[in-house]
Amino acid sequence: MPTTASTALPLKDVTTSNSTLRRYLHGLPGVDAVGLEARAASLGTRSIKTTAKAYAIDLAISMVDLTTLEGADTPGKVRSLGAKAVRPDPTDRTAPATAAVCVYPDMVAVAKESVAGSTVKVASVATAFPAGRAALPVKLADVRDAVAAGADEIDMVIDRGAFLAGNYLKVYEEIVAVKEACGASARLKVIFETGELSTYDNIRRASWLGMIAGADFIKTSTGKVAVNATPANTLLMLEAVRDFRAQTGVQVGVKPAGGIRTTKDAIKFLVLVNETAGADWLDNHWFRFGASSLLNDLLMQRQKLTTGRYSGPDYVTVD
Amino acid sequence: MSERTYERLNVFKTYKLYVGGKFPRSESGRVYEVSDAKGNWLANAPLSSRKDARDAVVAARKAFGGWAGATAYNRGQILYRVAEMLEGRREQFVREVADAEGLSKSKAAAQVDAAIDRWVWYAGWTDKIAQVVGGGNPVAGPYFNLSSPEPTGVVVVLAPQESSFLGLVSVLAPVIATGNTAIVIAGEKSPLPALSLGEVLATSDVPGGVVNILSGRTAEIAPPLAAHQDVNAIDLAGADEVLAKELEIAAADNLKRVLRPQSVDNAHWFTTPGTERMTAFLETKTVWHPTGSLGAGGSSY
Amino acid sequence: MASAPTPAPVSAFASAFEYAPAPESRSVVDIAPSYGLFIDGEFVESADGRVFKTVSPSTEEVLSEIAQAGEADVDRAVKAARKAFEKWSALPGSERAKYLFRIARIIQERSRELAVLETLDNGKPIKETRDADLPLVAAHFFYYAGWADKLDHAGFGTAPRPLGVAGQVIPWNFPLLMLAWKIAPALATGNTVVLKPAETTPLSALFFADICRQAGLPKGVVNILPGYGDTGAALIAHPDVNKVAFTGSTAVGKEIARTIAGTRKKVTLELGGKGANIVFDDAPIDQAVEGIVTGIFFNQGQVCCAGSRLLVQESIQDELLDSLKRRLSTLRIGDPLDKNTDIGAINSEEQLARITSLVAAGEAEGAERWSPACELPSAGYWFAPTLFTNVTQAHTIARDEIFGPVLSVLTFRTPDEAVAKANNTQYGLSAGIWTEKGSRILAVANKLRAGVVWSNTFNKFDPTSPFGGYKESGFGREGGRHGLEAYLDV
Repeated sequence: MPTTASTALPLKDVTTSNSTLRRYLHGLPGVDAVGLEARAASLGTRSIKTTAKAYAIDLAISMVDLTTLEGADTPGKVRSLGAKAVRPDPTDRTAPATAAVCVYPDMVAVAKESVAGSTVKVASVATAFPAGRAALPVKLADVRDAVAAGADEIDMVIDRGAFLAGNYLKVYEEIVAVKEACGASARLKVIFETGELSTYDNIRRASWLGMIAGADFIKTSTGKVAVNATPANTLLMLEAVRDFRAQTGVQVGVKPAGGIRTTKDAIKFLVLVNETAGADWLDNHWFRFGASSLLNDLLMQRQKLTTGRYSGPDYVTVD
Repeated sequence: MSERTYERLNVFKTYKLYVGGKFPRSESGRVYEVSDAKGNWLANAPLSSRKDARDAVVAARKAFGGWAGATAYNRGQILYRVAEMLEGRREQFVREVADAEGLSKSKAAAQVDAAIDRWVWYAGWTDKIAQVVGGGNPVAGPYFNLSSPEPTGVVVVLAPQESSFLGLVSVLAPVIATGNTAIVIAGEKSPLPALSLGEVLATSDVPGGVVNILSGRTAEIAPPLAAHQDVNAIDLAGADEVLAKELEIAAADNLKRVLRPQSVDNAHWFTTPGTERMTAFLETKTVWHPTGSLGAGGSSY
Repeated sequence: MASAPTPAPVSAFASAFEYAPAPESRSVVDIAPSYGLFIDGEFVESADGRVFKTVSPSTEEVLSEIAQAGEADVDRAVKAARKAFEKWSALPGSERAKYLFRIARIIQERSRELAVLETLDNGKPIKETRDADLPLVAAHFFYYAGWADKLDHAGFGTAPRPLGVAGQVIPWNFPLLMLAWKIAPALATGNTVVLKPAETTPLSALFFADICRQAGLPKGVVNILPGYGDTGAALIAHPDVNKVAFTGSTAVGKEIARTIAGTRKKVTLELGGKGANIVFDDAPIDQAVEGIVTGIFFNQGQVCCAGSRLLVQESIQDELLDSLKRRLSTLRIGDPLDKNTDIGAINSEEQLARITSLVAAGEAEGAERWSPACELPSAGYWFAPTLFTNVTQAHTIARDEIFGPVLSVLTFRTPDEAVAKANNTQYGLSAGIWTEKGSRILAVANKLRAGVVWSNTFNKFDPTSPFGGYKESGFGREGGRHGLEAYLDV
C-alpha cells in the first residue's frame, strides 16, 4: 500500500505559524514561465507510435477518473457512467477499466453500486465543490457524507481566496482537517484550481502546501473555470511531487483535470510523467486524468490500432 | 455538346461589407449605386449605417489583443500572404480599378502592381519598425532604459477618395503592420476595389476583425467613429477640409491620435513611403530597470 | 535524496514507457549520386576534375560525391559574381526584396526535405533541423528580404552602397543556417556571393542552389563552391573579392586576418567560444537545468556559443548537479532521423578525435568525469553527454573550446567572482545568467565581455537579433539591423 502521510506529516516544523509557512513556501525556487512552457512544449513533440502508442492508450484509459459533475446528474446517468468505467469498450473486453468514476457526494452510493465487484474506485468531489465557499464544518460534513457513502477517494478544493490573501495556514489547516475526515480508507486529492491561482510560482507553492498537509494527490483544477489542466502546470506539479519525494521519501500522485480531450493530449501528459517524475508515477495509483470525453477518443484510437481503420463516434458508447 | 444559341448571362457579384471576418450586408438594409467613370452602373454597394460602424469597432477591439500580441514575424508573414493572394487575383483588381478610376488597363495594372508591392513593403516593416524607432537610452544612472513602439489600438481609416486601391492599401497596410486593428471607410464613389480587398484579406490568414471595411457615405459613417470612445486613432486621408475639421474636433473628446489629410495627387501614392504612416499610430513605451552593482560594497572588478 | 522512494504497487503497467522508433521518412529527399560546383547559375565540374565524398556521420554511409573547387574554379566563380554584381546592385531594392521573399517561401515549402537532408549530412537530430535550423533559415531570408528596400532607414546613411563580391566560408555545425546568415544580408544589400560550405556538409548548400534556380535568381548572384580549407583560402585571397565573411575556428580566423592584411577587403569573423553559464542561488532551478542542457547539448555541443562552462554558485552546487544528472539520464541518444532523438552523431571522425583527446586531458588533469548510462550505436561517430566536476580555471577543459557534448562545471561564491571567472578566457562570444533578480541580471550582463548574453534562457536565435563576439571570438555582427553593416560601404 502507498505511504499515507497522515500519521507523520513531513516538514511539520514549517507549519508552526502562518509566517513560517509563508517563509518556507516563498523560499521555494522560482519558476520562469517561458522556460517552463518551452519545456512542456518540447516534450509535447515526442512522437509516440505503434507499440508505444498501444501501451500509452491502455495506460491512459486505466488512469481516467471518468467524471460527471453536473447539476443535472441523476442516478441513471451515474449508473451508465459506472458501467462505462467498468467496461469502457463493450466490443472489446481487453480494454482496461478506468481508474475511477468521479461524482458529487449525493451520487456516491449509486456510483459505488454501479462499479461493485470491479477495480473501479469511486471518487467524490467534496468541500463545497467547485467554489469551496462554505464554512469548514459544512465542508467536513460534505466529506464525511461522501466517505460514509463509500467513497474511496475525496477530491477537495482548497480555499483559493485564503491562498491568494496569503493565509496559507488556513489553507493548510483545512486540508489537514479534510484529510482527517477522510479517515484511513479514503485517499485525498487536493484541487488547487490553478486557473485561479494564476501564476506558476503560486502553483508551485500550492503544490508544496498540499503535500505538506498530507495530500495523496495534487490536482490541477475543477474543470469549471476557463483554464484547467495544461501541459505546463502539470509539468510543474510533476516536478513538485518528484522533489517532494526526494526530500521526504513520500510519494504523492498528480491529477490533471479538465481540458484533456484527445488521445494526443493524454499521451503528451504521459510523456511529461515519464520524463519528469519518472516511471514510478506511470500507474493509476499515482497519476490520473480527470476527464469525460477523453475516454471515447482513447477508445476510438484503440480501435484504430486494433483494426487498422479509423473509427467513428457511432462505434463507442455515449455516456 | 450542342451549340449554344444564346449569349451566356454572367453572374453578378453582391458586394458586401467585411466586418469581424464575415461578410454582412448593411444592418440598415440600404445600398447605393456605384457607377464607373462614365456613369455606367457597376453594382450596388452597401450603404453602411452608424450601427455598422459600431459593430466594426466591437470587431476591431476584439481582434486587437491577438493581432498586437502576434509576433512581428507572424504579422509580416501574413501581410506577405496578402500580396501573394492579390497577385493571384490581379486581373480582377485591374478591371475594378480601371472601372472605378476610368483608367486604361495598363494604367490600372500599374496601380494594382504598386499596391501588391506596397503590401510587400509593409510586410518587411513589421519586424523592423521597432529597430528603427525604438532602442536603448543611455540614461545617467544605474538603470537599463529601453523604448519600444506599441500599436495604439483601434484605428479608423478614411480611405482616399480618388485612389480607390493603391491609395487604400497605402493607408491601410501601415496601420495593421504594427499591430493596430482597422476600420476602413472605403472611398465613397468607388468602393468596389475596397470591398473586394476584404475577400482577399479573409483568405490571407488575416484574423477576422483586424481589418473591417465599410462602404457608404463618408460624411455619415465617419462622425460617429470619430466620436467613438473606444476608437484610439483616426486617419483622415479621405476627408475634405470641412469634414476633416469636424472629425478632428470630435476626435478630441478622447484625444484620438489624428493623422490629418495631406493634399496629394494620385502620383503621390506611387512614391515609396517613409515610416510616418506607421509612427502616427504607435505609442512609445519606455521601461526603466535598475542595474546596480555586483555586490553590496560595489564592485571593484 | 533523503530516503528511498516509496515503491509503487505492482500493476499491469509495470513495464517502462518505451518509445517505439519513430523515424522521419528519408524518402522526402532525393540525393543525387554526384554534384558539381554551382557557378553562374549552373552546376559544373571542377576544372581539375577533383571530387570528394560526403558521408552521413551517424552511419558512415557515403551520401554523394561532390566536385571539389580549386583555384581556377574560385576565379571563375568570382568572375561570375563580379559580372552579376552590376545588374544585381542596380536593381531597385524592392525587386531584390521580392527575390529574397521568394527564396524564404520556397525554403518554407521545402523545409521537411531540407531538414532530413541536413540531418543525414550533419548527424544532428531531426528534431533540431525540423524545429530550429529550418524555421530560422526561412525567417532569416524573410527578415533580410524586408531590409532590401529599406536600407536608407537602417542608420547607415541615406543611400548606403553594397561592397561588391562577398567571399563567404561557413562551418559544418549549422550548414544551411550559416549559409542563410551569410547570403541573406549580402543579397539584400546588393552584393553577390561566392560561398564555400564545409567539406563534411556540402549538400544543403547545393540544394540551396536549386532553390535559387526555382526562385529565378539571376545567374551569378549566388555561387557555391564545395571544397576543403584550401578552397576557402583561395576564395579569401582572391583579389577581386571585396568582402570576407567567415564562421569557424579562431585559428583559421587569425589566418584569414593575416591573409587580407594590406587589402581593402572588409571582414567579419565569427569564431570560437567558451561560454560561461552562470547559475546564482536564486535561479529558477528547473528552468536553469533545462538551459544548461540546451546550452551544451544542443547540436551535440558543436555550437560556437555553447555554454560549455557551467559556473554554479557553491551554495546550490549539490542540488543543481543532482538535478542536472537526473535530467541528463533522460536524454535519448541515437538515430538522428528518429523524431525522439535528443542527441545525434558527432559531425566527423576528426571532430570526434578532438573531443576524445580533450576529454582525456580533462581526466588526466584530475577533473571528475561523469556520463549517464547510455548505449552508443556501433557505426558512425558518437560521444556520450559528458560532465566534468572539480574543474578549475587552470584545466584545459575550462580553457579550450571542445566543440562537443562536454560540460565543465566550476563554482563561484560571489557575483564578482562569477564575472571574473566568466571573463577569464580568450573568447567572448556568449554567456548565460540565471537568477530571479532583474537588477543582478543587468549588473552582471554589463560586466561580461561577451557578444551575446542570455538571461534565464540560452541558445536563443532570431533573425532580428545581432550575434557575434568580443575578443578572440571574432568581430562584426550577423543578424538584425546591425548585420547589414558588414555588407555595406559605410
